[in-house]
Amino acid sequence: MSDENKNVNQNGEEQYSLNDDRRVKVLSPGAMVAKRFFRNRLAVTGMVILIIMFIFSFIGGLVSPYREDEVFYRRDYINKEYVGVTENTEYRYLELTEEYGAVQQAMTVLAIQQDKPTIEAKGKTYDVVKEGEGLYSIKDGDTAIGAAYLDIVSAEDSSVKFTPDFQYQALLAYIGGGGAFTVDGEEYEADELGMITKGGESYAVCSRYIVQSKTSGTVISNEFREALIEHLATGEEAFTFTDPEGETAEYTLVYDPATKIWSVKQEVSTQVFDTYSFPSKTHWLGTDRNGMDMLTRLMYGGRISLMVGFIVVIISTVLGVVLGGVAGYFGGWIDNLVMRIVDIFYCIPSTPVIIILGAAMDGMRVEPKIRIFYLMLILGVLGWPGTARMVRGQILSLREQEFMTATEACGIRVSRRIFRHLIPNVIPQLIVISTMSLGSTIITESTLSFLGLGVKFPYASWGNIINDVSNSFVLTNYWFIWIPAGVCLMLTVLAFNFVGDGLRDAFDPRMKR
Amino acid sequence: MRKYVVKRLLLSVVILFFVCFIIYALMRCLPSSYVERMAMELSQKPGAKSYQEWLDQLNAQYHLDRGIIPGYLMQLVEMIKGNFGDSWKFTVPVVEQFQKCIGVSFVMGAISLVLEIIIAIPLGIIAATKQYSKADYAITVFALAGISLPTFFFATLLKLVFSVKLGWFDLVGLIGRNYNTLDSMGQFLDKAHHLVLPITTLVVISVGSLMRYTRTNMLEELNSDYIRTARAKGLSERKVIYHHAFRNTLIPLVTVIGNSLPGLFSGALITETLFAIPGIGYNSYQAMIAGDIPFSMFFMTFIAILTLASNLLADILYAVVDPRVRIS
Repeated sequence: MSDENKNVNQNGEEQYSLNDDRRVKVLSPGAMVAKRFFRNRLAVTGMVILIIMFIFSFIGGLVSPYREDEVFYRRDYINKEYVGVTENTEYRYLELTEEYGAVQQAMTVLAIQQDKPTIEAKGKTYDVVKEGEGLYSIKDGDTAIGAAYLDIVSAEDSSVKFTPDFQYQALLAYIGGGGAFTVDGEEYEADELGMITKGGESYAVCSRYIVQSKTSGTVISNEFREALIEHLATGEEAFTFTDPEGETAEYTLVYDPATKIWSVKQEVSTQVFDTYSFPSKTHWLGTDRNGMDMLTRLMYGGRISLMVGFIVVIISTVLGVVLGGVAGYFGGWIDNLVMRIVDIFYCIPSTPVIIILGAAMDGMRVEPKIRIFYLMLILGVLGWPGTARMVRGQILSLREQEFMTATEACGIRVSRRIFRHLIPNVIPQLIVISTMSLGSTIITESTLSFLGLGVKFPYASWGNIINDVSNSFVLTNYWFIWIPAGVCLMLTVLAFNFVGDGLRDAFDPRMKR
Repeated sequence: MRKYVVKRLLLSVVILFFVCFIIYALMRCLPSSYVERMAMELSQKPGAKSYQEWLDQLNAQYHLDRGIIPGYLMQLVEMIKGNFGDSWKFTVPVVEQFQKCIGVSFVMGAISLVLEIIIAIPLGIIAATKQYSKADYAITVFALAGISLPTFFFATLLKLVFSVKLGWFDLVGLIGRNYNTLDSMGQFLDKAHHLVLPITTLVVISVGSLMRYTRTNMLEELNSDYIRTARAKGLSERKVIYHHAFRNTLIPLVTVIGNSLPGLFSGALITETLFAIPGIGYNSYQAMIAGDIPFSMFFMTFIAILTLASNLLADILYAVVDPRVRIS
C-alpha cells in the first residue's frame, strides 16, 4: 500500500497522491495573521517607521558623540574700554627738601623754557642741571633740592605713593639708561624702558604716559603698562598681550586728538552657552535653549517617550487583564463590583487629574527622575478601565464555550483556567488595544511635558522639547528646535496607529482582503 | 424603559458619589503646604486678613480640619445645596466664573462638532464603498494622521503658518486689540475670526475617529445579507448604499454623536489653553495650575457628571434608534 501512496520520481522528489494532506500548504494561525498583516501596506509602513524610531532612539543615543545633558559653549567677543592713556607734557616737581617751594618751581619752568643754567629765588642762586630728556635737577651746590620731570613714577596700585627721594633716584637711573640705585637702604634696578624692579619683582614704572583704568576694580599690571608703552611708541593700533596668568586678549588703541587721550579697548572673550545655534556640521539640528545638542536630545527624548508609553501600557494592560478576567470569569457580585470600579475610574476626568498631580509634584519639588516613575504609574492606573471592559466582555462569551466546560471537567484550577485558557483567546484584541493606546499614551505624555507638567529638565522628552515654542521668538525663528520633535512624535504615533489598525484587520478573519 | 432609566440614574448617582470622593481625597492628599501657600498668598494681598486667619478660614471652609470622610460628607452637603465656594484664582464664586466662560466653549464645541459630522460622514462612506482604493487609503491616512497629531504640535504649526508667516490671525486670544471700538456686528466677526484656528485644530484632531467609525460600520452593513439581497433584486448602487446601507449605519452614528453631546460643555482644555481662549478649559487649566481647589473640584465633578450623562444618553439613544435593541 505504501508504494502506491508514495511514488518517487526520477529526481528523488516525493510525490504525494492527490488526496494527501501534505499537498496542501497549511499555515498556522499565527502565520495567517502575519501574512494578512504584511499584505497591508499601511501596516508595513508603520512597522518600518517604528523600527526606525526605535533604532533612532535607543541606538542613536549610544552612537551620538554627545551626552543627553552635555552643554556646549561658544566664545563671544566684547570690545570694552579698558584703559585711557594720556601723555604728560607738563613738568612736575619733586620737593626733595623744603627749600624747593612754589617760587623756585615757577622759576624752574622759566629756566627750562629759556634754557638758563641757573635760577635765583629769595636771594639764593641754584643750578639747573639737565640730567637728560625730561628731567632737570635743581641743585644748591652739590645737594639736589628739587627736580622737574616729565616721566611719572607710578606703581601698579595707584594708591601707593613713593617718596620724592625714591622718585628722584628712579628717574635718575631711568634717564641714565638703566642701572641699580639704592633708596633708604633698599636696592632697586631700573632698565632702559623704565621698569623698576625690586629683587627681581616688578615694583614701579617710569613713563611719560599716564595710564588710567576705565573700569573699576582692574589693576593695571606693570607688565601691561610696559607693553602698552612699547606699542604706543611704535604707533601700532592693535596688539595682543598675555598677562602673567596666561590670559591673552586683543587690544586696540584709539587716539582722540581733541582730548589727546589714547583709549585702549580690550577685546574680552567670554564663554556663553551656545544657545539656539543653527544646524551645522557639529550639531546637525542645532542646539536648544540650554546649549545642548538638539539631535541627541531628540534621541534621548524618543527613548523616554517610548519607554513611558510601553511601561504605562504594560501597567494598564496587566491591571485590566487581571481585573477584567476575574470579573468576567466569576460573574455575579464580583463582576458587579469590578465593573462599578471600572465605571468610577471611567468617570474620573483623567486630564485634569494628571494636570493637578503634575502641579502638585511641582509644588513638592519631586526629583525629575522619580517624577517620570510617578507619571508612568499615574497614567497606567488611569488607563486600565478600557482594557478591563474589553477583557470582561470577551471572557463572558468565551466562558460559555465547550472548551471551558472541558477545563472544568479536567479539574484545572481556577487561576490556570482564567490565565491559561481564557486570556490567550483575548490576546489578539489585547494586542490591538495596546498598540493603539501606546500611541495615545505617547500623546498624553508629550502633552503633559509640553505643558511643563510631565518629564522635566534635564531629561528630554519630545513634548518638553517642543515646550520651547511658548517663547514666540523661538516659534518664529528657530524651526529646528520644535519641528523635528513634532514630526518624530507624529510619525511614531501614526506608526503605532497604522500597526494597530493592520493588526486588527489581520486578527479578524472576517475582514476580507 | 422608564424603569431602566431610573435604575441607571440611581447607579450614576452612586458612581458620582464615589468619583467625587476620589477627587476629594486626591485634593486632600495634595501636600498641605499647598493650602498654606494659598493662605500666604491671599494674606499678602493688600488689605487682606492675616495668614493664620486665612489658613483657619480656608481649612474650615473646605473642612480640611476634619478627617477625609467627614470632610467629604460635609463638602458633599454643601455641593448639593449648590454652594461650591469661591474660586481662589478668580476670587469670585465658582459658579459665577463658570457661567462666564462656558459660553465660548460651548460655541467652539458645537461648531466643531457640526463640521466634524459634515466632513467625517461623507468621507467615511466614500472610504467604505471604495474599500482598498486609493481614495480609501488617502482617507485612512488622513484620519489616522489627525488622530496621531498631538494637539499642541498641530496648533503650533497652524500658528506658525497662519499667524506668523501669513499674518491672517492673531497668535492668541479671543478678541482683537480694537474690540471695544467695534459695533456689535464687528465684535461678533472679530470673535469669529479669532475662533477660526482653534476650531480648525479641534476639527482636524477629532474628525479622524468619527470618520473611521463611519467607515467600519458602513463596511459592516455593506457586508451584510440584506445588501446582497438588495443588489440581487437589481437596485441601483446609489439606492443600495444611501437608501439601505447608510440608514443602518446611522444607528451607531447617532449613538456616538449623542454620546459626544454632553462633551460640548466640557471645553477643550489643551486647545483653549494654547490659543488662550477664555473658555472653561483654559480657566480650569489656570485654576488647576494655581492649585485652586474649589474651582478644580467643581470642574472635575462637572466633567464626571457629563461623562455619566453621555454614557446614559448613548445607551438610551441606542435603544430608541434601533428597534432590535431591547432594554431589560
